[in-house]
Parts: sequence; C-alpha cells; structure tokens
Amino acid sequence: MSTPASQYRFAVNVTPKPGILDPQGRAVEKSLPHLGIRGVTGVRVGRRVELTVEAADAAAARAVVDKLAGEMLSNPLMELFVVEALDPAGPAA
Amino acid sequence: MTAPTPIQVPLHRALGLTDEELDAIRGKLSRDPNDLELAMFSVMWSEHCSYKSSRPLLKTLPTKGKDVLAGIGEQAGVVSIGDGLAVAFKIESHNHPSAVEPYQGAATGVGGILRDIFAMGARPIAVLDALRFGNPSDARTRHLVDGVVRGVGGYGNCVGVPTVGGELVFDPSYQGNPLVNVMAIGLLEDGMLTRASADGPGNLVVLYGSATGRDGIGGASVLASATFGDQDPSKRPSVQVGDPFAEKLLIEATLELISRKLVVSIQDLGAAGITCATCETADRGGTGMLVDLDAIPRREPGMAPFEVMISESQERMVAIVEPGQWEAVRDVCLRWELPVAIIGRVTTDGDIVVLTAPNGSGALDADGHPVAGAVELARIPAPALTSEAIVFNRLATPPAKRRNAPAPGAPAETPDSLPMRGQDPGAVLLALLGSPNLSSRRQVYEQYDHNVQANTVAGPGRGAAVLRIKGTTKGLVATTDGNAPVSAIDPWLGAAFSVAEAARNVSITGARPLGVTNCLNYGDPTRPEAFWALAEGVRGLSDACIALGLPVTGGNVSLYNEAPGSAIAPTPEIGIVGLFDDIAIRRGPAFTADGNTVLLVGEAGPGLAGSEYARLAGGGDVDGPPSIDLALEAKLQEFIREAIGRGLVEACQDVSGGGFAVAVAEMAMWGGRGATLRLGVGDSPAIALFGESPSRLVVEVAPRHAPACELLARHYGLPVHALGATGGDTLRIELAGEGATGAAEERGSRIADALDVPVASLRHAWEHGLPRALGWEGGDDASDARADGAALPGLEVAG
Amino acid sequence: MSVRIGIVLFPGYNRDIDAVNALQVAGAEAQILWHEDTDLAGVAGILIPGGFAYGDYIRAGVIARFSPVMRAVADFAARGGPVLGICNGFQVLAEAGLVPGALLRNRGLRFVCKEVALLPEHLDTPFTREIAGRRPLRMPVAHGEGCYYADDATLDALEADGAVLWRYANDDGSVAGPDDAGNPNGSLRGIAGVRNAVGNVAGLMPHPETAVEAIIGSEDGLGIVRSLVVSAGEWSTTGRIKYTRPAGAGAAAGVSA
Repeated sequence: MSTPASQYRFAVNVTPKPGILDPQGRAVEKSLPHLGIRGVTGVRVGRRVELTVEAADAAAARAVVDKLAGEMLSNPLMELFVVEALDPAGPAA
Repeated sequence: MTAPTPIQVPLHRALGLTDEELDAIRGKLSRDPNDLELAMFSVMWSEHCSYKSSRPLLKTLPTKGKDVLAGIGEQAGVVSIGDGLAVAFKIESHNHPSAVEPYQGAATGVGGILRDIFAMGARPIAVLDALRFGNPSDARTRHLVDGVVRGVGGYGNCVGVPTVGGELVFDPSYQGNPLVNVMAIGLLEDGMLTRASADGPGNLVVLYGSATGRDGIGGASVLASATFGDQDPSKRPSVQVGDPFAEKLLIEATLELISRKLVVSIQDLGAAGITCATCETADRGGTGMLVDLDAIPRREPGMAPFEVMISESQERMVAIVEPGQWEAVRDVCLRWELPVAIIGRVTTDGDIVVLTAPNGSGALDADGHPVAGAVELARIPAPALTSEAIVFNRLATPPAKRRNAPAPGAPAETPDSLPMRGQDPGAVLLALLGSPNLSSRRQVYEQYDHNVQANTVAGPGRGAAVLRIKGTTKGLVATTDGNAPVSAIDPWLGAAFSVAEAARNVSITGARPLGVTNCLNYGDPTRPEAFWALAEGVRGLSDACIALGLPVTGGNVSLYNEAPGSAIAPTPEIGIVGLFDDIAIRRGPAFTADGNTVLLVGEAGPGLAGSEYARLAGGGDVDGPPSIDLALEAKLQEFIREAIGRGLVEACQDVSGGGFAVAVAEMAMWGGRGATLRLGVGDSPAIALFGESPSRLVVEVAPRHAPACELLARHYGLPVHALGATGGDTLRIELAGEGATGAAEERGSRIADALDVPVASLRHAWEHGLPRALGWEGGDDASDARADGAALPGLEVAG
Repeated sequence: MSVRIGIVLFPGYNRDIDAVNALQVAGAEAQILWHEDTDLAGVAGILIPGGFAYGDYIRAGVIARFSPVMRAVADFAARGGPVLGICNGFQVLAEAGLVPGALLRNRGLRFVCKEVALLPEHLDTPFTREIAGRRPLRMPVAHGEGCYYADDATLDALEADGAVLWRYANDDGSVAGPDDAGNPNGSLRGIAGVRNAVGNVAGLMPHPETAVEAIIGSEDGLGIVRSLVVSAGEWSTTGRIKYTRPAGAGAAAGVSA
C-alpha cells in the first residue's frame, strides 16, 4: 500500500434491457390515468445504487465499479447498467 | 440490406433440426419449407412439444378410470369427485429456464402450470413445488435455491394461489442441472370443463392477455442473425419474465368467459407460443386456421414474423369464439384490463396459414376472410406440427455396470451393526433429522403463502397437504414424491417407489388417491443408457399405477437434463391428488395423546442402497436397494384407508426417507410427546431402524382399538406388531434381536443399546438442519443455530 | 336483515375469496366493489382485504391509493363509516393517509407466511368489540412489507391515544418487540394494527379473515370480522358507531409518519 488511496463516488443506474418485459413499468403506466396524467409512455422501472470506492486512481475505481455493477448490482441476462461518476465531494454517507 | 455474415451450418441445423427431420418436413409439405415454416417446425418438433422420443413409451401408461373426465393430451387431467365437482391437476418442469435465471425460471414455471389448470375451466386452488439442487454448501447451489424459492413465492403469492407442499432435495447429480417441477391443482364444476379444441369453422380465433414481445425466442434467434444480419444480442432477450399481476387478471377473465359460456374453447400459450396454441387446437378440432400476423398485439416494434409466431411471452391465452359472442368476449377482457384481438378464423382445410398484408394493416377482413393483396407467409397442415410430428424409436441399452450389481433386495453383505463402530443409534437419528434432505423445510415454505383462499387444512411441512372444499364435506389431499437415488440404481424400482410413496402419503391421511400426474426428468434420449433409464422408469410408473389401480391423467417429460460431463439421477416426479368424501375422518402424522398404542404394520426388508442412511454412512454402493411387492403395497394402503374410515386410527406415518426411526421421530416431534417402543431388529439394527424398504406404516391407536386394528391388518395379510406406547418427553426404542450396536458391542454384549433421545433434541436437530446446510442466517433462529452435527463425531455428510 | 359489507377489489387482489368466506361465516353479506367504482352501492361498512393490488409494484399500496374507489372510500370514512384494511388493505390505507404510519419491507427481507399470536390491546373499539377476551389470537400473516414504522413521537402519541389496537405476542404472551421470535416482520413496538384518530378506520397486517373456522386452523379471527359487521350495522341504522369520536376531534393524534 505505497500509493495513498483516494475516494471516488459513483452511481450505477440499472434498467431492464430493451425488449425485456417490465411488469412494474407497465403497471405504473396503466395507473397514470387515475392521477389524471395522459401522454406518458415507455415507463421502465430500474434502480440506482450510489457508492464510494477507495482506489489508487480513477481508472482503478472505475474498474471496481464496473465489475460490481456487472456481476452483482445488475442481472446481465435481463438488465443493462450505466455507471455515472459523481462529484467526489458528494454525500458519502 | 447488407449481406449477413455467411453462416457455416445450414439453417435447419442451427435451429436444432436434424437432416432426417428436415427430410420428414419436406415429406409433410411436399416441398421445401421457408424460414418461417422451418422455425415453426423447429419449436413444435422439439422434445418439449412433440414428445418425439417418449411418445411410444407414454402410450403404454394406464390412463383409464371411471372418474377421469380429461386425461393425457389435454392441458391438464380432470377427475370427477362427485356432486357435480371435479379436480384438475398437472405437474410440469421448468428446469432449464430455472438454471439460466432462477427467479424468472421458477416464476414462469408456476405461471405456466396455473394456465394449464384454468384453461380447463378450473380455479387454481393449490401449487406444490418439487425442487432439486446440487450440494447445498456450494455457492452456485445457494444462489439457485434462493432465486427459485423467491420465484415460486413471488409468483404464487402474488397470484393468490397457496403453495401447500412440495419437496426440496439435494443430490450431487443436480449440481449442473437443477430440477424445478411445479404441480397445480384446480377445482371446477363439471359444467365448466373446457377443452382446447378449435371446433366450428368460421369461428374466431381470439388472443387475449399480455402483448407479444421477444421473450423466449432462444435458439431460434439464429433466424434473426441469419435473416436480418442483426448481431446485437441485447435485442433478442430469451429470458421470459413473469407478471403474476397480469396472470391474476387472466384467471378471472378466463373463468368469467367460461362460466358465461362465451367461448367454444380455450388454450394457454406456453412453449412455442402462438404456433403451438393454434396448431394444437386446430388439430384437436380437425380444423385449420387462418392467422392474421398483423392483428397480434405487440409489445415492441419491428418484430419479425417468426418472432411473433414462436414468442413465449407469458400470460396469454387463445380462445375460439363464435362470431356473435365477440363483443361480449371483448368487453370481459377489457374490463379485466387485458389486451384482446381477433387474430384469425377457424377453417375446414386443416392447414395453419399465417397471413400478412403488405403494409401490416391487417390480413383478414371483418368476416375473417383474407383481404386483397394478403400474403401467405406460411402454410402447414396442423397435424404435421402436432399429432403427426416425427417420432423416434430410440435405442435403449442398460448400462454395463448394472450387470454386476446385486439384484434389488439382495444386499451383497448384510450389515450386522451400524457401520460406524461405537456409534450410538440416537446420534445417527439426530444426524438424519438434521441432514439437508430430511430436516425441516420451514425456512423455505414460510416464504410461500400457504393459506390464501382459506382452504388449507394441512399446509406444508408435515406430510401431504390437505384442502377443504368450501360448502361440502369433501376434502382434497395432494403430494409430490420422487425417488431419484433408487432410480439411479434401478430406474424401474425408483419409479415404482415414487408412485407407491406418493399414493401411500395420500392413503395414510384416510383419503382415496384419484390419479397420477408425472414429470419425468431424464437425460439425453439419444444416449442408449439414458433412454433405457427413461423406458424403465415409464415401465415402473405403469406397473405401480396398475397395481394401485391409479390412472395416469397427465404429465410432462423433461429430457436432456445433462450438464457437461454429468447427467442427473433419473427423477420420476409423481404428483397424486386424493379425495375425502368426508374430511372429518382425516388423520395426521403427529402423535395425539399419551398412553396410546404404537403399531408397526409391514416388515423391514434388506437393502440400504439409495437410502439417506447410506448417503450419510456410505456403504450403499456395495449393497442393493430394497425391493417392493406392489400387491402388498396395495393391500397396505387399502388397510390404512379402511382403518381410518372405521375410526380405528389416531395418527399414521409411513416409513420412507430415514427409515422407521425418522418416521416415529417425526410423529413424536410434531405431536410434542415421546414414546417407549421395543423394535425387533433381527440381526440388522441399521435396516430395521434406518432402512427405507417400502410398505410400512407406524400407526398410533387408542388401546381399546388396538386389537381391532391388528385384526384388520392380518385380514389384509399384513404383518403387524405392537411396539409400545406414546408418552413422556423422550423417544426410546429398545432393540430386540441379534445385532449389537454402539457401546453394547464394545462391552462384548450381543444385546443392542436402546435409542433414547429427548424429543426436544430431535426437534432441535430437525429445525436447524436446513438453514445450517444452506448457510442462511435464520433470522429469529440465528442465535440458536448451534451445530447439531457436533453430536456426531466421525459421521461425514456425503453430498 | 343481514349487514352488507363492501369488499374493495383492486386488480391483483386475492384474499377477496377469504374475505367473502369470513363475512358469510360472520352472517354478513358481501358486496364486491371494483376499483373503478365510484359508487359504494350503499354498503354499511368497508373491508379492504389482502392481496397484491396492482402487483404491489413500486411500493405496496401506492398505486391502489389513486384508484377511483379509494376516493369513495375516503369520503365514506370522512362520514364516519367503518373501514377495515387487512394486510395489503392496511398498506393501501396507510399510503392514503387514512391510518397513521407506514409499512416497510420485512426486517428479514423475505416474504413471510406463518401463524402469529395477536394481542388485542383494547376491546372497546369498533374493530375489537366482539373479541371474547384479551388473550392472544392465532391467525396467519402473509406479507413481504409488513414492518410497521412511525417516528417515536408519533408512536408515543398513538399509544397515548389508545390507537394501537393489536400487537404481536411471544409464546409467553408478552409483546413481541422488533427482534423477538413472535414478531414476524420487525414492526416497531410489536405493532400489528392501528386505528385512525376518530376510531372508524383501522388496519392490521395479520389475516383474521383467513382464521374464521376451526377446520382451517383457527377461528380466532372471527371476533375482528364480527366487530366490523356489528359496527357497520350500527352505523347504517344510527349514523354513528359506539367507541368513535366525532369526526375532526383529536385529529392531531393521527399524525402521518
């Protein structure tokens, strides 16, 4: 551990793959008329995970997040993920 | 369009069809098939849809029964239970999808079997799930168990059908190939019975339920890359996603359509989607169909014709509707918020014809006739896809090693003591009760809603499930059982055991078994040894059903259950539903009172191979499995039904996994009281205590009924012994005979030590076995999860 | 003449079968109210049974609260009519702000179906008046989101107001705290069910409607179902229910979490 590690904050946005049935999105879409809302289509419900990685540099941190996102936070059979780098000064707690 | 990358294999092979099959298709059509037709044949001639390897075997099964209203070939078996009521039931596999995506695989497995039930006009009232996995300490197994259990629960709980029973079994042979078999049961009034037969040329073909997407295109996606040059796999999802919310609406809409007599027939869409539903219903009706591809509601734009025709999108049904009823049908579907469309018309020519209009604007007019310019994309005789699909007479060869094995019931060497020298039989019992396969399944079944609908009299956890039928005195009993370890040694015997045990589990409640549904999970049928196992399994199933007087009313065959380098143990999963005319006679397996007499009906036979004891202690491979006398088994079951019907019995449990000791331990734990018994063990305590030879019952009777019960057993030609009495907080089994065990042997005594264990210890071992095996942090039990195995120095749990 | 109780049916509901059966056993008449209905057909009381309204997607109960029938139910409650929400029905009432608190995911993060012991806290309420005595009642729970939550101040206020109607109990009869074996979901202070400030709307997670006959394991739930029926009969004939406050009084106690 010669290099001092820094902290990097990321968000992982996970969504159903195009073409995969999204029952949640469908239920939300169908219920919108009850709220008097029209004209909303293509609702897809996913989730967002925010996390802080301690690593030597940004690339190393990014590699950790990519691995985590691909192997655990998303189900590669059914979901896509996009990693977003957040402001490192963002809330860490 | 740019030219796609040339593919190296011919299209039919990429779709999984052999050259021989392509020739047969050419023969059926008298021409070359086009790509869409080839895709339709490839899914319909799959093993799953065509039964092309198993069909000759299945023809040998007994299917007749005076109460059978619908049998094999229908979406589910239906048996009359009198007073204008009938019960529909079926078991089906979802093994491969569950191995790929355990949550959705299991969830859609539940959804699919439920549709088979309500498509017959029955309201689903129960689900049972029979699950088999590899080593429970393996990380992948744990991932699969967790996903499958959540999937079964996630779907069943939401759709509002109680999961009342099933099995959870671990065996190394399932390491690469888990089994997820789901059985569903429905209740219907006779008048609701609906068959999937496209009768009445001119009638409309109506599709309702979810819109069609690219779900489950799977292997056929080669067509996309071959035809369209589209290499982006993310656009071709093959995972089917279940929507139990949509299924619940589909149940209500379907039952309303049937009860209001708005439909001629109904079929659910499962494997092979619209292709299967249209050609099967047309074939059963001796009719044909025009299918308007443009009219099928889509979830996504840009779907190719083959994708629409073979999509396995869930929660869809096809109804055949008389034109005059269309508006009423549409209104019912829309009220339940389900998309609905006329997608075709029944014809007389026997062909399934897929049509499109050049601009996709609809190929059929309002009367169901092709519009000018409509293009025919496919034309296939319906029988060619279904009843006249290709059939193979596969080669069956028994494995070489079998010739060296001892015959069933003839052990190479009778063990004269427990294998571990110095081993206390009580410690062996605790090890068995805490083993992954015999311990309590509570942590699993508490994740399933098992009492919704307010019919559950006995839920999961203690033998067969019992449901009352509201408004009547009747009740139903349901169980699933499958003996794979014995099947692995002798597939005939394993299948016979499975049927006998399932029927026995029904009979010991006092109910009469009505019929058998089966899910045959076997290996690659093109491998002669695997096909031999299937053929022997079917023969065992048939022999046992004939001996017990049970019709086979339906089922499913799952072949190719082989991970690279390993095949599963042949697993004939048997589902049986039984009937009480008066549910008040029902008896459970728990001891009911102190001071009652405990009888053993039937006698232990030799052979420890295939037992849980052999799994723990080893040595099974030099031994043979126990044998079964099917005529004796039938007598035993008649006896217990009569004894319970005459009110002679307080509680009854059969001897199966873990042997006599586990059976009586269960009665003690569940009844919260012990017993003091004296068991004749001859020269083999292991066989008498832990052997799994069939056709044995432990019966608790009030002392005043003991003589009558013993007399009745003798009347049926059954051996019967009074072993002792219930009571106390300890289970004590004194052993009488030649065999010495444990410390007694070390003392040089030939008199065996007694098995003597507090009931609280039995319960502790039994309660904690499963969470420990799976590494589950058991919530309220976490602090309490001591290693019961510590009581068992030297006993390694194999597998 | 038997009392007519409306059973609200959202798409995805499944304990309606149990609810109809329970009302029959209790001698009342069931009237199904579809989620699109805006007219309550003159029923004397409302039972919102369990299930998975709209598949429980996003959050249990959240989509259901916006349905047309819930506006009618809210009006009915505001006029003082008795409303009981069970399991998913409790979640819907909580999402709609008709009863205080929120139902979070079970502490064990898994769906749980088992028999629990339910301790009635007060017998002088519209939903407990027919319960024979203050002994634990056996009935099933079956839910994934049943962990009762409100902040400490709200919980204190609810307790002071007597608004906690039922708590989970351990085998020894003591109240089952969040970590106790008798508490199936981690509910704070063992709370299984509460009422609103007026007293005419209540919700609980366990299923009394599935525990109304000995043959299906328990009839301990019948007292709760009968209480609703008696209160509904009283409301339809006299326009008010014993044990309730005039609408508007003490509303401060019904703080939403």
